[in-house]
Amino acid sequence: MRIRLNPRTSQKIAKVVIWSAAILVLFLLFSVIIYILSKGIPQITWQFLTQIPSDMGRSGGILSTIVGTLSVTLVAIIVATPLGVGTAFYLTEYTRESIITKIIRFSAESLAGIPSIVYGLFGFIFFVIYLKLGWSILSGGLTLAVMILPTIIRTSEEAIRTVPPMYREVSFSLGGTKWQTMIKVLVPSALPGISTGIILGIGRCVAETAAVILTAGSALRMPTSIFSPARTMAVHFYILAREGISLERAYGTAALLIILILLINIGANVLVNKFVAKYH
Amino acid sequence: MALSALSALALITIFIFVEGVPLIAKVGFFNFIFGMKWAPTLGQYGIFPMIVGTVLVTLGAIILGVPVALCCSIFLAEFAPRKLSNLVRPAIQLLAGIPSVVFGFWGLIFIVPAIRNYLGGPGLSILAGSIILAIMILPTIISISEVSLLSLPPLLKEGAFALGATHWQTIRSVLVPAAKSGILASIILGIGRAVGETMAVIMVLGNAVALPSSILDPARTLTTNIGIEMGYASGDHQKALFATGIVLLVIIMILNSMAQYAIRRK
Repeated sequence: MRIRLNPRTSQKIAKVVIWSAAILVLFLLFSVIIYILSKGIPQITWQFLTQIPSDMGRSGGILSTIVGTLSVTLVAIIVATPLGVGTAFYLTEYTRESIITKIIRFSAESLAGIPSIVYGLFGFIFFVIYLKLGWSILSGGLTLAVMILPTIIRTSEEAIRTVPPMYREVSFSLGGTKWQTMIKVLVPSALPGISTGIILGIGRCVAETAAVILTAGSALRMPTSIFSPARTMAVHFYILAREGISLERAYGTAALLIILILLINIGANVLVNKFVAKYH
Repeated sequence: MALSALSALALITIFIFVEGVPLIAKVGFFNFIFGMKWAPTLGQYGIFPMIVGTVLVTLGAIILGVPVALCCSIFLAEFAPRKLSNLVRPAIQLLAGIPSVVFGFWGLIFIVPAIRNYLGGPGLSILAGSIILAIMILPTIISISEVSLLSLPPLLKEGAFALGATHWQTIRSVLVPAAKSGILASIILGIGRAVGETMAVIMVLGNAVALPSSILDPARTLTTNIGIEMGYASGDHQKALFATGIVLLVIIMILNSMAQYAIRRK
């Protein structure tokens, strides 16, 4: 027999269950963040930030892995931004909905779902072996560029679509060409939205481990050029924690990563709010 | 430029297939997929235990994660005061941004010992992997279902209220069924994330290549097989890892297409 609850009672139960689910999610989030920060922040000293790791990471700092993270991310952003923003402009401004736009969108959505370890396999066989770039910042950065491409395409496309059609019409009526309209009107208006995509892409690059370890390697030396192998902070943390090399330094690295991710997220949100305030 | 996404997808598919297919042909498709033994030094490449591992860990993550995620999306779309949801939403985004290795490490410190002490077994287990993945798929499911709940026409809700339904009755009988395809898509994408996650799972799953007999046993997934052995594999062994990647890629492409179909159907 099914028990029929009084609608008022079921309403109350549902409210309690739903509120507790939300509280549980927030609790999990904060417990991860607070745990890592409380263990890690005391480890972050000037020496930790400015010295090169020695003895496999047992002593010294993490400077070379900070440089590794920054350079791999920089390569990825420099490559992925023009490609992603270009695709977004093509999809919104230069074509009608057709089979081609469908295929492009399908590709972007599919890329977004591909696991990072598969990107790692691809980057290894394509950039490291086939193009003979070796384990290097360049290989790692290019692999990450492919990985963040869908994020940049999607956010830029949304940003460009949100620019009111009037902006385009005014520009055209003043005799602006399509190119002038794009560069002088659409890019500046959609800039906060586009930057949000780029910032989210930076976040993914900084956090990524599987794809970078197979393409940039895990060398602890200070990289000297984009052809040098490098270890990023996330990879460094993984190796320190998994092989039990130094828990203190693992906590310190993780805390620095979390702080970076926090800043990146705050940055993205500030931009989104700016963009929303402008058009809504 | 516009073709960059398409060419990237094509290159990824081609290069991974070219590396992996010859090995599958050499071992035999059936022996590769349903083979019980993975012993690269003996030239035995059977990935069935890892397929089982992937399915079990993902299933566990879905069972634990989906109810919480759906409640949370209903909370954001319906129950939370606007100011609160504007605070909770970025927090959930942040959850999506935390590196997966950090989640794995947190699981290793808190969840693995808890399972070992209270439920028995080695702690490094399918259950531990499922719990970590359940947390990691929350943001995907929450954000997409919330969007599909919010994009419903307000008329639906007003109609139900006008008929005297309580808020919960409206959500359960009107709003959730109306947002069904978006919610379904969010769950499929969540499954995709769980299937594809590597680093967090490596740290808590124990990684043994044997068919697990309970959820407290260690296991290995398709992704962790690649993640662990790619560092030192060469020759046929390396090709077998690419072949594992093919299986993974095919599963993900099927899931993605299903999710995109569900979203389009709206």
